[in-house]
Amino acid sequence: MPDTRVSLCGIELPNPVIPASGTFGYGREFAELYDINILGSFSFKGTTLHPRLGNPLPRIAEAPSGMLNAVGLQNPGVDRVIAEELPNIQRIFHRPVMANVSGFSVEEYAETCARLDGCEAVGWLEVNISCPNVHHGGMSFGTDPACAAEVTRAVKAATTKPVIMKLSPNVTDITAIAKACADAGADGLSLINTLLGMRIDLRTRRPVIANTTGGLSGPAVFPVALRMVWQVARAVDIPVIGMGGVSTAEDVIEMMLAGATAVEVGAANLVDPFACKRIVEALPAVMDKYGIHKLSEITGGVHHG
Amino acid sequence: MKQNRYTVTANRALAPNVYRMDLAGDTAPITAPGQFINLALDGLFLRRPISVCDWDEQGLVIIYKVVGKGTARMAELQPGASLDALVGLGNGYDVDACPVHPVLAGGGVGVPPLYGLAKRLLAAGKKPSVALGFNTAREIFYDMQFAALGVPVTVATVDGTAGKKGFVTDLIPEGAYVCACGPEPMLKAVHARASAGQFSFEARMGCGFGACMGCTCQTVTGYKRICKDGPVLEYEEILWSHE
Ligand SMILES: Cc1cc2nc3c(=O)[nH]c(=O)nc-3n(C[C@H](O)[C@H](O)[C@H](O)COP(=O)(O)OP(=O)(O)OC[C@H]3O[C@@H](n4cnc5c(N)ncnc54)[C@H](O)[C@@H]3O)c2cc1C
Ligand SMILES: Cc1cc2nc3c(=O)[nH]c(=O)nc-3n(C[C@H](O)[C@H](O)[C@H](O)COP(=O)(O)O)c2cc1C
Ligand code: FES
Repeated sequence: MPDTRVSLCGIELPNPVIPASGTFGYGREFAELYDINILGSFSFKGTTLHPRLGNPLPRIAEAPSGMLNAVGLQNPGVDRVIAEELPNIQRIFHRPVMANVSGFSVEEYAETCARLDGCEAVGWLEVNISCPNVHHGGMSFGTDPACAAEVTRAVKAATTKPVIMKLSPNVTDITAIAKACADAGADGLSLINTLLGMRIDLRTRRPVIANTTGGLSGPAVFPVALRMVWQVARAVDIPVIGMGGVSTAEDVIEMMLAGATAVEVGAANLVDPFACKRIVEALPAVMDKYGIHKLSEITGGVHHG
Repeated sequence: MKQNRYTVTANRALAPNVYRMDLAGDTAPITAPGQFINLALDGLFLRRPISVCDWDEQGLVIIYKVVGKGTARMAELQPGASLDALVGLGNGYDVDACPVHPVLAGGGVGVPPLYGLAKRLLAAGKKPSVALGFNTAREIFYDMQFAALGVPVTVATVDGTAGKKGFVTDLIPEGAYVCACGPEPMLKAVHARASAGQFSFEARMGCGFGACMGCTCQTVTGYKRICKDGPVLEYEEILWSHE
């Protein structure tokens, strides 16, 4: 039996497959379908300090081999997540979970992370810096190395848990942001968040999404995500979680060869609720096929020249 | 909810651009009329949500209008084709909550789920009446099928080419208990005329089973996912601000 175990910031996982934030809720819907304890971990819906109502409908649009979403970080706020969702997560999932955190100011990120710091079920904090910074004209934290570093430092000071900074792909040079986060003390990086996109309804000539633009994800973004994971993994010496369009065990291995230590699966869960189960179950056979005995050894193993 | 494969046993036009598709396969996950299935179609990333019109132990019937790529692809499917669907999605209509004489009000492709509802209401000893609204005479479908159940059926067309000239609201007695399905402006007009009932909503969906928050709307009782906590909302909880 090939060895699928990986270690992420000091926490051992049975395999590198982690459902991505926003596509797995708090695990409830999936736990009704299969035993989610077969997963490496899962990243729960983006959590903010205060409850958020999210964007008006429509929030979803079809794209070639993918989808756009503009959910707008709808969530009940960190206190209710801790009081209502985490106890249930502990019932249905018996390993550390990844807490995905969003914010609109440095202080908000830090405070949300501080509140999650005391939660036993939380293994890592995954800090989504694709959000607009209200004190910086709404420019995303994740597009400016100095802002990204500031969030990283503030969050690191607020928690003892490993901090994984989740990077936005909507930048010219993602390695500059990655290095800024690493230098500011991040324990790991995850990428990519969604690529900014748009669709127009030909009948009404209006944007399909009420918010006008939305984030593209799904298989369409896989080669872009893979390239960015490869670039970032070479630029920093902290672990990288690869994501963007992953939907098969082969994709997981490709992401790991590019430099990923673990892999998140997003949109695939929405169109195939059993996607992660399928991937986990297929991994050993696919590893055999490609002569891989120990999955953790292939990270960054792409050959050049 | 379950993920199942179905075999197309029939797929034919009922009216211009409106088709009835019969699917053979497991229907055990369907627990209430007004629930929907989410169909995977080759070459399209997102599934397409379609209401269950009727079902028995052998299979189910859906009725759909061709409006875009996905529904156009559905119309091309031949008997024998195999489809992957998530089944038993959504809450559906609560048959027990209906009074003895509910009015079932459908507009266009909102009509299909009311057929399954009418059958279950009859089986529960209730006496529904049916009000159907279409744009014009040649777009009418399923009026005969409802009549064959032995329930009173009235029809309205916008252009007056069949039935009463006007909207489905013109067929509903003021203050009635209404189970409605149709485009949102119709639901709103029916809501204003009714005094109670159950209303089925549509939304663009990412998953259809409650995972993505792609379909949430505001209600009097808080946020609801149309795919999971709906698509049927109670009269009292509906807020019209979400459109
Ligand atoms: C709970 C529910 C039940 C439904 N039941 C029926 C039914 O019984 N019969 C029927 O004809 N139609 C029904 N619809 C509408 C049906 O889902 C859409 O007409 C269909 O998805 C259009 O797909 P398309 O690819 O042809 O159109 P496109 O416009 O090419 O679709 C693009 C995207 O928008 C989505 N979309 C477009 N229109 C709608 C819509 N009105 N509602 C939701 N998503 C939409 C599609 O699913 C797809 O993701 C229902 C919708 C919902 C939410
Ligand atoms: C519906 C939806 C909601 C999402 N919500 C969040 C979120 O709350 N926080 C976050 O960091 N990323 C969120 N994402 C981004 C995903 O976690 C992931 O980074 C992205 O979708 C790329 O992976 P994929 O191509 O496998 O979907 C969301 C994605 C989707 C499709
Ligand atoms: S469509 Fe995903 S939650 Fe309703």
